[in-house]
Amino acid sequence: MRGTAAIALTIVLFLLALPQAQGTSPATPLTLLSREGRRPVPTIVLSGQELVALDDVAALFQVSVREDTLAGGLTITYRGRTIVVSSDQPMASVSGRVVALPSPAVRSGNRWFVPLDFLPRALGPIYDSRIDLRRPSRLLILGDLRVPRVTARVDAPGPPTRATIDVTPAAPVTVTTEPGRIVVRIEADALDLSIPSAAGGLIDGIRPGDQPSTLTVVLAERSGPGRATPSEAGGSTRITIDVPAAMPANDSASAAAAPVPAAPLPGGSPVPPPVFAATPRAALQTMVIDPGHGGDDTGVRGARGAQEKAITLELARRLRTLVEMRLGIRVILTRDNDRTVSLDERAAIANNSKADLFLSLHLNAAPVGTVAGAEVFYLRLDREGEDARRAAESEEVPLPVLGGTIRSIDVIQWDLAQARHVDASAVFAGVLEDNLRGHVRLSPRPRLSAPLRVLTGVNMPAALIEMAYLTNADQEKLAQSEAYQTSLAQAFYSAVVGFRSYLESQRDQ
Amino acid sequence: MTRLTYLKIGAGVLLIGLLAWGVSRGLERLAGLPPDSTATPEGATVPGANVPRITATLYYGAADGQSLIPARREVPLAEGVVPQGRAILAMQLQPAPEPYVSVIPEGTALRAFYVTDRGDAFVDLSPEASSAHPGGSSTELLTVYAIVNAVTANLPTIQRVQILIDGREADTLAGHVDLRRPLQQDLSLVAEPKVQ
Repeated sequence: MRGTAAIALTIVLFLLALPQAQGTSPATPLTLLSREGRRPVPTIVLSGQELVALDDVAALFQVSVREDTLAGGLTITYRGRTIVVSSDQPMASVSGRVVALPSPAVRSGNRWFVPLDFLPRALGPIYDSRIDLRRPSRLLILGDLRVPRVTARVDAPGPPTRATIDVTPAAPVTVTTEPGRIVVRIEADALDLSIPSAAGGLIDGIRPGDQPSTLTVVLAERSGPGRATPSEAGGSTRITIDVPAAMPANDSASAAAAPVPAAPLPGGSPVPPPVFAATPRAALQTMVIDPGHGGDDTGVRGARGAQEKAITLELARRLRTLVEMRLGIRVILTRDNDRTVSLDERAAIANNSKADLFLSLHLNAAPVGTVAGAEVFYLRLDREGEDARRAAESEEVPLPVLGGTIRSIDVIQWDLAQARHVDASAVFAGVLEDNLRGHVRLSPRPRLSAPLRVLTGVNMPAALIEMAYLTNADQEKLAQSEAYQTSLAQAFYSAVVGFRSYLESQRDQ
Repeated sequence: MTRLTYLKIGAGVLLIGLLAWGVSRGLERLAGLPPDSTATPEGATVPGANVPRITATLYYGAADGQSLIPARREVPLAEGVVPQGRAILAMQLQPAPEPYVSVIPEGTALRAFYVTDRGDAFVDLSPEASSAHPGGSSTELLTVYAIVNAVTANLPTIQRVQILIDGREADTLAGHVDLRRPLQQDLSLVAEPKVQ
């Protein structure tokens, strides 16, 4: 009898525990956003903590998961880098560094779950692409996607109704007015939207647009033509929208003559959409960081085993995080993993992204082990390069374009594209030197011009830095240290800020 | 053999000797450096003591590894710019004499040397110049300009030098210095030898 009661109690307890172990689904699913598109990421909420199953993580991120029953934890491996997650403590060891997590790994049935923060905090540091978790908008962004935060609100119901849309970090926008709506197109891969569920006044609603980078402001039927004014301040782009009430019928003639389009006509005839001027392009909008060497090309090897290609990649990632997070500048790496990239491909990545600045990271070698210090290089032109520079400054080729007019275009010699930027590159090299001084040891000749191959085809201000000598035992040890890498990244960051000021001063002149 | 024949042979030898001396002095003046006997390494003389020689300026890594140092070395006299260039480069590619350090990878050999009508010289090196290179912008600059300067400093008719690897145009030696075009002389990396 006592045995039967015990079994019954166990069954009851199991049934009570079952819903908790299985968890509940969150109200809004998490969306993984990557270059390949969008896909949902299944998650569960257990004891107030949102968790993701490790088998789903393995499928989404190509990691392997192994359970370590002896240690009571799990080992997650990605391209030779490992994370050990504890099932007892709210922490993980990421390539030897301890990272705090909101909860330990949890087993449910035959599946293991980890808190959602595992993805940016533990997997992010060892993953080839950046992992950015945006909880409020339920987005998990993978890689170098430009996903600005877009906040929209109705400030005054009016009429006239005023609404503002803030885009952070600042991005170029194009505003198009169409009958009954205003379409805001933001230069981005996707938008992290925070929009009001209900609008007011003469705005019926603010909704995601047809494209991933558009937003639609739906106007009420009784509204007049909306006007949108973009401006830029404090690292954000603000679009102010004013919607007046529709004019009385007897004023329709003057309304038609107005420069802005009329409100939707009863007959629904389309009105040509005028395009408002976009915000002035920021002086430094995109930066390319080039981690030297990679893949089969190890670069310089130190006597203790340090590899140039690994340190340059580590520094590039650190600098990208600093510049993106603090300055809101789009950063592109010419390689984000250990792969071979030709020198032409590096220049092509920079040129195709229309970057405003290029920084190539390297580590040096010397025939003598005592040589030490960082050196900054910019391109030196020889006779042929000087010719190309003069040509770039003076030559414009008139070409006929559609409509029968003639348009002048600049002709740039592809493999000498840097020729037109050497003066700005020299300034950037000087800014780099100034910012490195005091942070790290500089070589006796800290700034040099030389015919460096990776710089010649880059169509923007560019510099190459040799950060330390791996042929020097002390410098090799230093280059691998956390403190030195942090100092370098901070100095580079300050140099980017300094050079941005220079570009802005040039633009204002 | 008559006495006249001996006289003719003697006069011929004397003439060749004078010619060799004249060429040597002329090249010294062009190089603009006084002969520096201390730079000539012990036992570095080329076999064949009777071969006429000139003093050429070659470039080696400084003992501190940060610059190039011009050093005077004797190389065999050759007739014409191309044979003389080959002789100079053959000596330049040898290991550096004390107290200097080598900036050209060990095992690098000269495959060919030729000159165009425009005064551009092509120095074709064996693959070791690239495959055995330790890398780094600074060392690569020292390697490239040791060769470019050695050619342009001793053969004044040559204005620019393009380095080829294994008979082909090369991008770089180890990922840094652009070798796709002929390079002009660059003395910015050259330091004067220290007076002992």
